[in-house]
Amino acid sequence: MKTKLLAAGLFTIASAAMAETPVLTVLTYDSFATEWGPGPAIEKGFEASCACDLKFVTAGDGAAVLARLMLEGAGSAADVVVGLDTSLTAEATASGLFAPHGMTVANSLPVPFADANFLPFDWGWFAFVYDKTKVTDVPGSFEALAASNLKIVIEDPRSSTPGLGLVMWVKAAYGDRAPDIWSALADNIVTVTPGWSEAYGMFLEGEADLVLSYTTSPAYHLIAESDDTKAAANFAEGHYLQVEVAGKVAASDQPELADTFLAYLTGAEAQAILPTTNWMYPALTPKTGLPAGFETLIQPAESLLMTSQEAGAARKPAIAEWAAALSK
Amino acid sequence: MRPLPIFTALLIVALTLGSAAVLAFAAPWSGLGAADWAAVRFTLWQALWSAALCCLLAVPLARALFRRRFAGRDLLIALMGAPFVLPVLVAVLGLLAIFGRAGPVNLGLDALGLPTVSIFGLRGVVLANVFLNLPLATRMLLMGWQDIPAERFRLAASLSMGPGAVARHLEGPMTARVLPGAFVAICLICLTSFAVALTLGGGPKASTVELLIYQALRFDYDLGRAALLASVQFGLCAAVTLLAAWATLPTFHDAGRGYVGAQPPAPPGWRRWSDGALIGAAALFLGLPLLAVVWRGLPGLTDLPPGIAGAAARSVVVALGSAGLSLTAALSLSMAIAAQPPGHRLLEMAGMLPLATSSLVLGTGMFVVTRPLAPEDLALPVTVLVNALMTLPFLVRLILPQARRVLADYGRLAGSLGLTGWPALRFLILPRLRRPLAYGAGLAAALSMGDLGVIALFAGENTQTLPVLVSRLMGAYRMEAAAAVALVLVAISLALFVVLDAGGARDVDA
Repeated sequence: MKTKLLAAGLFTIASAAMAETPVLTVLTYDSFATEWGPGPAIEKGFEASCACDLKFVTAGDGAAVLARLMLEGAGSAADVVVGLDTSLTAEATASGLFAPHGMTVANSLPVPFADANFLPFDWGWFAFVYDKTKVTDVPGSFEALAASNLKIVIEDPRSSTPGLGLVMWVKAAYGDRAPDIWSALADNIVTVTPGWSEAYGMFLEGEADLVLSYTTSPAYHLIAESDDTKAAANFAEGHYLQVEVAGKVAASDQPELADTFLAYLTGAEAQAILPTTNWMYPALTPKTGLPAGFETLIQPAESLLMTSQEAGAARKPAIAEWAAALSK
Repeated sequence: MRPLPIFTALLIVALTLGSAAVLAFAAPWSGLGAADWAAVRFTLWQALWSAALCCLLAVPLARALFRRRFAGRDLLIALMGAPFVLPVLVAVLGLLAIFGRAGPVNLGLDALGLPTVSIFGLRGVVLANVFLNLPLATRMLLMGWQDIPAERFRLAASLSMGPGAVARHLEGPMTARVLPGAFVAICLICLTSFAVALTLGGGPKASTVELLIYQALRFDYDLGRAALLASVQFGLCAAVTLLAAWATLPTFHDAGRGYVGAQPPAPPGWRRWSDGALIGAAALFLGLPLLAVVWRGLPGLTDLPPGIAGAAARSVVVALGSAGLSLTAALSLSMAIAAQPPGHRLLEMAGMLPLATSSLVLGTGMFVVTRPLAPEDLALPVTVLVNALMTLPFLVRLILPQARRVLADYGRLAGSLGLTGWPALRFLILPRLRRPLAYGAGLAAALSMGDLGVIALFAGENTQTLPVLVSRLMGAYRMEAAAAVALVLVAISLALFVVLDAGGARDVDA
């Protein structure tokens, strides 16, 4: 009870102090707003010019962000949502909770991308990451991986966005043959984890030879840890994209400020912050180029991405195929 | 004393069943598919296996720990609290370090030319559940042993009873009283577990009901389905609880002097060696993964993230707050249950209810209810409340057997002296419940420290606790920093546990 009163008291003091400046509430996923993520630099940069207070509200990951917004509905305090991906945008649009951004922003995505409600702010290719000192015979496709004795750890599409991305990847690359690919991969899969952290942690502990992550993952080890032993396998059938997007909440009480923020997030200053904080490619390549180390990453020959509608329609049947093939 | 336990019971029912009802009203219901039933079967299967194995191992282990004295015994018993309070993710990585592909067990097997074993699948899930819950079962039984008055052992010795007769007349009845409670508690923990089964299960074959709830809430945004699945999970848990209640034999015994703690003579000969081997094996099984957690955490200790001090302080406040709340509720509930004539089980069932609840459903229900009041600002109070609720069943299970004994031994005397209310609590009940209360407080605080259930749904920028910090660091490639913060978390949890538990070491009549 004391804690509750204390919290309420502190909250009252805090809100009284901020009453004069408008508050822009940004709903995003956890790792965006942490002290080592892009959040603090973006907050500082935006507040320098907006005469406002930028406040992050977080939920676990992209799917949790959308679930949170849907729970809150039109009564949400959020003005802007940052961090949904293209597997979620069909549902997000259907919810009617988002307003069109009405902007034309240049981007350097490897595929054409346009959405009336959502603006891309960063992206990455899904890929299997391995340790160069341990795996020498690197598979060049899903079929080569399935034929090998290599062990992989993947994420569950029912609880994580990378897991869902992998299911979409196989579906986009193989269509009706997707169940065969999954059946062939079954004996390579060590385990399926609830989220990315568990899978990546197990890979680093040596439980698997490869882990489903991003082509940009080796950049973290290279730039932050000066460790060049990690690399991503380049698959011939192409790599599925995760495009992370931001959108304006229709019920926002700060619509102009929300527009200004979306323009800032997709502009040069914020875009330059993203590569070494979110460890993804910025939606717009900075004029000065990408940070040193990114040139060592693999460049897939082909990029796969379903449209928002295709992804929305494919999700449930593709997950059912995945579960059926791996349950045998 | 009467209104408080009833209010507590009603509050538990409102929070647990109410949160599912909140979701159920938000959307229409739909049916369960074949995959859902497969998940129900797997959930039940792994839980029963895990609980049975825990109980089977805990009986000889607790007996060995009870009758042997050796250097480091107290330390071992204290450390046995650690697996139970580890964040599941950290515990799983610790287990993998020992039993995983690159761990010493498989390297050893390989060196001997034997086939290596995989930790993934039902085997791994059960292994992890036993690692996490064996200490709880052992501790519950150990307390049962310590509660057998020492006169009985002396009487048995003077009657020249062998170990078999002692087991039949003294230890058997005690085990029959304590074990069903331990079985239910562990079974329910495993029924509602999510991360263990999913991480080590090996694939969609090992889906649990809690995972389906997670999917329904997070990806499909199907609140009606989540509520339906929560009811299914609830039904499973209720069935297990009822079954164990039916299997529990009522026990009667006369008052001893309450002369506990005196050391009965330990049987010599081969039993010395078998006890030693058992304790050694348990120490290795529980200790090596913990050692791996420490080992992994050490390198990062020099470079802890700046948010750690605040996160640690918040975690401790939440832990102590929820331990205090939970202890008060559990004591009043236990005394009320103990005072009831045999056969009345409603209050006792209410005390076990939180274990049957999905913390995800509970958290989401609380979120919906508190939404008009800005969830971020309520994150810590809500976490205190929910953690208190989730630890309550353990405390009731710990306190209840002793509460029954106090009332059986002293109830008539207290009644004839007119000893009621605060004086009864102060001079009769609290001194005799000191051991389970202290252990319960330590357990509740430590469990609450390591919990990443509800806070994850609410946590904002300024409400980060240590488990949230660990998961955020792991989500951003910072495995070394995460391991270091996990080590800090384990150290603080264990310290809280040891300090609170030590409060029960002194005995009232001795």
